[in-house]
Amino acid sequence: MEYVIEMCHITKEFPGIIANDDITLQLKKGEIHALLGENGAGKSTLMSVLFGLYQAEKGVIKMNGQEVSIKDPNDANRFGIGMVHQHFKLVHNFTVLENIILGVEDTKNGILTLTEARKKVNALSEKYHLNVNCDALISDITVGMQQRVEILKMLYRDNNILIFDEPTAVLTPQEIKELMIIMKELSDEGKSILFITHKLNEIKEVADRCTVLRKGKYIGTIDVKTTSKEEMSEMMVGRKVNFNVDKEEAKPTDVVLDVQHLSVAKKDHKDAVNDVSFQVCKGEIVCIAGIDGNGQSELVYALSGLAPIKSGKIILDGKDISHCSIFERNVNGLGHIPEDRHRHGLVLDYPLSYNLSLKKYFTKEFNHHGFLDFNKMESYSNKLIEKFDVRSGQGSKTIARSMSGGNQQKAIIAREVDNDPKALIAVQPTRGLDVGAIEFIHSELVNERDNGRAILLISLELDEVMNLSDRILVIYEGEIVAELDPKQTTIQELGLYMAGSKKEVVK
Amino acid sequence: MKKWLSTDGFRNFISSCVAIAIGLVFGLIIIVFTNPSNALAGFLNLLVGPLEMGMMGIGRVLFYAIPIIMTGLSVGFAFKTGLFNIGTPGQFITGAFAAVYVGVHWTFLPAEIHWLVALLAAFIVGGLWAVVPGLMKAYFNVNEVISSIMMNYIGMYLVNYMVKLTVFDEMRSQSLPVATSAEIPKMGLDQIFRGSTLNAGIIIAILMVVLIYVILNKTKFGFEMKACGLNADAARYAGINEKKNIIMAMVIAGALAGLGGGLVYLSGSGKFISIVEVLAPEGFNGISVALLGLSNPIGIFFSGIFISYLTVGGNLMQQFGFIPEIVDIIISAIIYCSALSLMIKIFLNKRKANKKNKIKEVKE
Repeated sequence: MEYVIEMCHITKEFPGIIANDDITLQLKKGEIHALLGENGAGKSTLMSVLFGLYQAEKGVIKMNGQEVSIKDPNDANRFGIGMVHQHFKLVHNFTVLENIILGVEDTKNGILTLTEARKKVNALSEKYHLNVNCDALISDITVGMQQRVEILKMLYRDNNILIFDEPTAVLTPQEIKELMIIMKELSDEGKSILFITHKLNEIKEVADRCTVLRKGKYIGTIDVKTTSKEEMSEMMVGRKVNFNVDKEEAKPTDVVLDVQHLSVAKKDHKDAVNDVSFQVCKGEIVCIAGIDGNGQSELVYALSGLAPIKSGKIILDGKDISHCSIFERNVNGLGHIPEDRHRHGLVLDYPLSYNLSLKKYFTKEFNHHGFLDFNKMESYSNKLIEKFDVRSGQGSKTIARSMSGGNQQKAIIAREVDNDPKALIAVQPTRGLDVGAIEFIHSELVNERDNGRAILLISLELDEVMNLSDRILVIYEGEIVAELDPKQTTIQELGLYMAGSKKEVVK
Repeated sequence: MKKWLSTDGFRNFISSCVAIAIGLVFGLIIIVFTNPSNALAGFLNLLVGPLEMGMMGIGRVLFYAIPIIMTGLSVGFAFKTGLFNIGTPGQFITGAFAAVYVGVHWTFLPAEIHWLVALLAAFIVGGLWAVVPGLMKAYFNVNEVISSIMMNYIGMYLVNYMVKLTVFDEMRSQSLPVATSAEIPKMGLDQIFRGSTLNAGIIIAILMVVLIYVILNKTKFGFEMKACGLNADAARYAGINEKKNIIMAMVIAGALAGLGGGLVYLSGSGKFISIVEVLAPEGFNGISVALLGLSNPIGIFFSGIFISYLTVGGNLMQQFGFIPEIVDIIISAIIYCSALSLMIKIFLNKRKANKKNKIKEVKE
């Protein structure tokens, strides 16, 4: 059997870590080949080697049996390899068409000609049912559409080997479904697809074969049809994974977080959060469920102090914090695991020890008359690293940017939990993480609940909502439309409330 | 020792040195092209001229280094906190004016503290001059580059006007000389470095270098400022008041540049504010000093001395028939190449990585 791409015995090292250790990957023509592994297992590194972003120290890449050397993405492009990156590489104030032709523009006497390109793009768009409008600005189209532009970019360049780096992480469930269909069409046309993911459902749905990596090592390649999800996750994590969250019945006691008639304004629009009231008690996990963009972010910003409120009250443990600064809220016992860990959660260019102390550095423990005790910070951070099993190349000294997403998230959770908050707001705490990390974070949240914290969980994942919460509040267009008991409701019912087609009067 | 050799700081130092060497070679090429007959003599003068002059040369180098170390610190400090303070010329000259004004008029002060008060005035006014860009950045997200460039021109014209109004020497069309009590004491430095006009200003500059180093690396204040510079959103999320930090960072940067102005115009060595429509060159020189020093206070101290050395050496070249403009071009070319140090650092890192792999392969 001839393979279109063979990566043989690839080894790639970074300071303090072997990202890829003797990995072999073989891609057949016209197949969808999944690359499965935990965060930091080396999937992205391997693909970057294939795409020419990194040079492997050892190993060879063969194309149709012939050895090739890929020194940069231009080489990759010449060999027909295209990649949709996890974070799209688009120029936001360019149109769709301009983005697609960027770098391979047709010119006539030095002047850009778009007619040919437009024809080709439209033809491709039609062929694969992508429904892309060539003249729309990137900044005006949805994330799902932007991804299609990235796909078109590869097709426009006649690439036959398409790499998708965690393409579903940023999509809504509907968009994911559509992407799966597009991927299948592409493979039917003879394109070979490498699909990086850690979501087993998606692999089951589209992939033909699957290569599993764990901690930079090659574990095996399997046939997806004949392998169960449980087997795959065991290969990926190296042990049996518990998909259900073990937890006892919640024993809520006193009210810790009391939100009364909270409204948050939105620019030239109706209020993003409209007259929302709810309570979270000690020892329970209350989940705010809803489709993305229904006011969850604004609600969290208002609670954490990142944005001002319009009216209403926020009471934390008996104290009115509605107009307190972020700092005051922090020291009064409000923990916050932010939605965007890169934007809010971490100073990416600070070492891990600084990041772990980000909400404590000003306390007496580290701060003596304005001077910081960095040694103490480091020993504190070492303690947290061990307790929460945060893995990194150089321990406390590791720059946060160089860590994998799962470990960055673990670090944030370690920091927030160890700060001993009375109420903890966790916003999509498992987004983009693999099953192993999700399991850890879920059990950690349940632990904290049992330690008597009030936990407010904001999540888009229905499984997470159903598994983890003790009470569910459904948010739709900035209003709480239902309060549900996860034990007495179904995912279908929850979905109806989230879509706004069902409402209940909440006192 | 080996551990020290592989530190980041050491690699920074090496890469700066290599960059400087490349810059010097480049300078030599220009020299050869502009004046081949005197090229070698001129180049030698540039390289070792100040040293050949002995203590006097060293004194001069240190003296010229004072203002650019201060403006370099100003720019470097702002860089570390995520701001580009290009308003140093304005802060420098307004600080200078404040110092001269106090130096000329506040003769009622006891002689022992007159010069200190004048320097303090320079420090405060320089800081105040940076408040506006700081406020605009913090509250309206106005780019500090634009607002501080504007403040440069306002500062320059305002100082011209104020000098005419308050401390004008009509005969020479420049500011009046300051009272002797306002001159920075020499503390015997002019005796050690005989022939130069070096004064305690260099000590103050060194103190500031140490102070900024400590603030940035040891204090809560510096920790917060750097966090704001690296990721303002995360800093805000962590409860740091990023608006306050932006303003404070600008004010401190401005104060450093203003102090630089005070140190120059209180040196009592024939430097007066003249009524010209030129932005203070010491201000912009601070940018190259900061870049060359990789924004590290210690690095800035040495890069300030290096650039000052080139300036003194370059002036010596004039005796070989190099006109000042050519000398300036040569110096700029050297500085330009020296700023490539970052590139060289990347190169060094790569080479190190390769070497490591080779060693590994051999072992296997």
